[in-house]
Amino acid sequence: MVTKKQYEAVIGLEVHAELATRSKMFCSCEVVDSTSAEPNIAVCPVCAGMPGVLPVVNQAAVELGVRVALALDCEIAPVSIFARKNYFYPDLPKGYQISQYEQPLAQNGRLVIKTSQGEKVIRIRRVHLEEDTGKLTHINQNGQSYSLVDLNRAGVPLLEIVSEPDLGSAEEVRAYAMTLRNVLRYCEVNSGDLQKGVLRIEPNVSVKEAGCKELGTRTEIKNLNSFRALERSVAYEIERQIQLLQKGEKVLQETLGWDDILGVTVTQRSKEEAHDYRYFPEPDLPPLVLDKEWIEEIRRNLPELPIYRQRRFQWQYGLSDYDAEVLTEERSVADYFEEVLRIAPELSPKVVANWISGELFGLFNQAGTGFSPNRLAAAALAELLQELEKGTVNQASAKVILSEMIQSGKRAAELIQAMGLMQVSDAEIIQGWVIEVCEANPLQIDAYLKGKETISQWLFGQVMRKAGGKANPHIVRVLLEKYLHGLKDDQQA
Amino acid sequence: MMDDLTLLTLSKVREGLRSAEFTSRELLEAYLARIELYEPSLHAFLYLNADRALTQADQADQRISAWRKDPTEPLPPLIGIPLAVKDVLCVKGLPCTCGSRILEGFIPPYHATAVRRLLEAGAIIIGKTNTDEFAMGSSTENSAYGATHNPWNVEHVPGGSSGGSAAAVAARFAPLALGTDTGGSVRQPAAFCGVTGLKPTYGRVSRFGLVAYGSSLDVVGAFGKSVADVAFLFGLVSGPDALDATTVDLPVPQVRLSDEPSLKGLRVGVPKEYFVSGIQNEIERSVRAAIDRFQELGAQIVEISLPHTKYALPVYYLIAPAEASANLARYDGIRYGPRNPAEAMWDIYYHTRGEKFGAEVKRRIMLGTYALSAGYYDAYYGKAQKVRTLIKRDFERAFDQVDIIAAPVAPTTAFRFGEHSNDPLAMYLEDVFTLPANLAGVPGLAIPVGFDQAGLPVGIQLMGAHFAESTLFQAAHAYQLTTSWHTLFPDQIQRA
Amino acid sequence: MSITPQQVDHIARLARLDLNEEERQLYSQQLSAILDHFQQLQEVVTEDIPPTFQVIPSQCPLRVDEVRPSLPREHLLGNAVDVVDNQFRVPPILE
Repeated sequence: MVTKKQYEAVIGLEVHAELATRSKMFCSCEVVDSTSAEPNIAVCPVCAGMPGVLPVVNQAAVELGVRVALALDCEIAPVSIFARKNYFYPDLPKGYQISQYEQPLAQNGRLVIKTSQGEKVIRIRRVHLEEDTGKLTHINQNGQSYSLVDLNRAGVPLLEIVSEPDLGSAEEVRAYAMTLRNVLRYCEVNSGDLQKGVLRIEPNVSVKEAGCKELGTRTEIKNLNSFRALERSVAYEIERQIQLLQKGEKVLQETLGWDDILGVTVTQRSKEEAHDYRYFPEPDLPPLVLDKEWIEEIRRNLPELPIYRQRRFQWQYGLSDYDAEVLTEERSVADYFEEVLRIAPELSPKVVANWISGELFGLFNQAGTGFSPNRLAAAALAELLQELEKGTVNQASAKVILSEMIQSGKRAAELIQAMGLMQVSDAEIIQGWVIEVCEANPLQIDAYLKGKETISQWLFGQVMRKAGGKANPHIVRVLLEKYLHGLKDDQQA
Repeated sequence: MMDDLTLLTLSKVREGLRSAEFTSRELLEAYLARIELYEPSLHAFLYLNADRALTQADQADQRISAWRKDPTEPLPPLIGIPLAVKDVLCVKGLPCTCGSRILEGFIPPYHATAVRRLLEAGAIIIGKTNTDEFAMGSSTENSAYGATHNPWNVEHVPGGSSGGSAAAVAARFAPLALGTDTGGSVRQPAAFCGVTGLKPTYGRVSRFGLVAYGSSLDVVGAFGKSVADVAFLFGLVSGPDALDATTVDLPVPQVRLSDEPSLKGLRVGVPKEYFVSGIQNEIERSVRAAIDRFQELGAQIVEISLPHTKYALPVYYLIAPAEASANLARYDGIRYGPRNPAEAMWDIYYHTRGEKFGAEVKRRIMLGTYALSAGYYDAYYGKAQKVRTLIKRDFERAFDQVDIIAAPVAPTTAFRFGEHSNDPLAMYLEDVFTLPANLAGVPGLAIPVGFDQAGLPVGIQLMGAHFAESTLFQAAHAYQLTTSWHTLFPDQIQRA
Repeated sequence: MSITPQQVDHIARLARLDLNEEERQLYSQQLSAILDHFQQLQEVVTEDIPPTFQVIPSQCPLRVDEVRPSLPREHLLGNAVDVVDNQFRVPPILE
């Protein structure tokens, strides 16, 4: 471990995010989920690269691109240029990809990340628009080996976000990736699902001697489909490179894949010499000129970004660091939380927070689906919590009712009645139960009187049981205490 | 009677159909009869659409009859009229080869916008015409399906790359034909074949469905027997298209050609760089005579200079091939077109492209790839684009002084087959006078102005400022009102 | 400006073109002659001259994000020589 201190990791991340538009980047084909749709059902002459076709830019893709760039604090280029990136591959119908090269959509942004070491600013070098390729599937069966091309994904709008190599560890890489993913979700640009490939993350990893100005040789890791794989592969690669250098060997510039089972990076099938992409400005698309007014309008309509929302939840609602983080991880959940409070402002934010992140998340995770706000209307939860606040039901009953609300879709008020879970707060009735329970358990009373104070807990439980869980627990506690003290006094008397 | 119909001007044809002087079927049959006689020796077509065309002619006739009984709804402007289409423009359901083996058997499931607009105007597509492969060439000799022959003398080329379309109009196989002009490919064959040919301003006509060669240079153009015919077609085919981001959002002017042959007030520029030694004498003579005629009609002739003219050749032959190298990267036999069998994937690319592209196409792809490649971009493609600015500025400055520019179309009349086979550069030099207009994006109109001693046509080209097609039409029309070169057609086409 | 046959090989590889020996030599010669002729471009002063990428200056028009019908699958696949499971088939990529 001592030797590690001699080396520093220098890591940059290249992220490709599919933009959630209805149609493709340069044509009007529908953007479908290429992992589940029938192959080749959303393809037209344009995205198939047929002879004579021309691209036409999707306005929504530009808008989403600008939105993300603004969320990342970038400078938006008033004029940006599309360019052809030329290379051959069966999933690239035109034999070139329309991307942006010398004049991208946006540059010079930043993203603040939080790690165990605190906050760090990671600079964003550039953000640009481009089109996705189709999908190549390799088949190996019955002694036959071939590949199949599906063009559903060809032409889907992509946003490429390139960071400066400001990241220094696997932990930072993961934090950056997750924070960026969150920003994209907040901007409603992308679902962030790495498995489905709507978000692709490629780290560029190099190491250098601490204090040294010169950067080491970079390797690129591709085809990572989870944050875990991302973190593990980066950690492994840093270590691998350090070991090589310590042995006096060289790091080869190459593209690597990650073998999750063996836990190692592997050289991808040997690539040919580095691509000469022969970039030149796309003659079929005039320069993209962005109206200042339009950019400002997009800026005005930016959602409150996760890190700011999290901070606000802490000071406005008095939530803990952890609670605020959990609630703001998903924009829809944060919106839901605030909606409940808007409907029922008398509720305690902490209580609402607990019910969402504790109860709701718990229930849905058990069901295997995960919570999403359209499963239970904010108004419905608000209503239940108001009944709890008023004392109509107690905590335990409320939990039962919540579960039933989700199953049946019925509202709290109705279920409280139907399930007979109205809290009993009548002192006379509760007193009756207390007496019944105490008289039915003379041994325990004896033990209590002899000094075993904890028996009162058990007695409390018995009274609640007798009450069918519906008794107002505070009143039970008060009356039980009173009764037990009374017995004690009698004893001493 | 049959022959007469193919001699009629477009306006006479339109009139005749509407007045029931003859039917569309009779018109089509007249053209098809000539095709049957002379096509074997000319090979203007790669695909003849005779049966379908006759069916459409019958449908047109029905529509015209109905209209004659109840003329409330106007008839589509080109109803019942045949049109030839260069085989680089897609017609849905008809083969589109681009003169190449790599698209043999390809049938596009979409129309080019220009084609669609003319079909909506009632035109009947009589066939797809021959072209140099992917529009790369100046003689149609680069077609993988055999060359087209010049109707004036079958031992000579018709020009290129739209040789098939030009020959079709000259041989009276169709009254109108669509072509494309990237470096002169409408104007030069128009001059070689003695017909009128228009290259509109870049961005005037949608390129959707035009198989791309040089994207910043390609323009859809038209051939006809006269300026009036070509202007009419222009009006129907131009205008912005949502499918082409490079079309300009300008209204297409309603061209009303005056029958007054006066050019008073028109300033005609004569660029000295286009009258260098090396042009065939007869060309210089006929072109100067035409310019004299303009003067007689009242125009003011001004000598101008377009100083960067000589650089147009290297600039063009770096930019067009560079764009072409990318535009032709899609031809791999995977999604369409034939494929050379191979065991390994990359071999499909190498073999298919290596074998099915012709020599000129391969040459230009390589030239273009080189001009864009790492380390060479600045010296070649980058430099060419800068010099292109200078060429464009030459024109802008000229149009401050003059309204139109008159110049020869080519340094020679139609040459013989095989004359430039071993020297690609010599072939490129045929284009020196037409290339600048493409680089500057300006419109150009070629009209016949005489013949050389061998009886081969000589043409003049008129160039205008961006979007000034009307000015070109007016000037050329005035010339055609007072001359008859454009009314001459080869009357004895040598049989094969 | 001489283009050697080796350079021709490199360009042909970038462009995925198979060339036989005769072509290699021929193109090497022809491309060299052509590029020689183009050397004259270097004499033009272009210090402060911007490149012309768009000959008619205009701005990129933007298309409203609406879905339009795609090609019926038979039309998309109909022009291809090798189709399996409604996808285009290619041999495996061997290095």
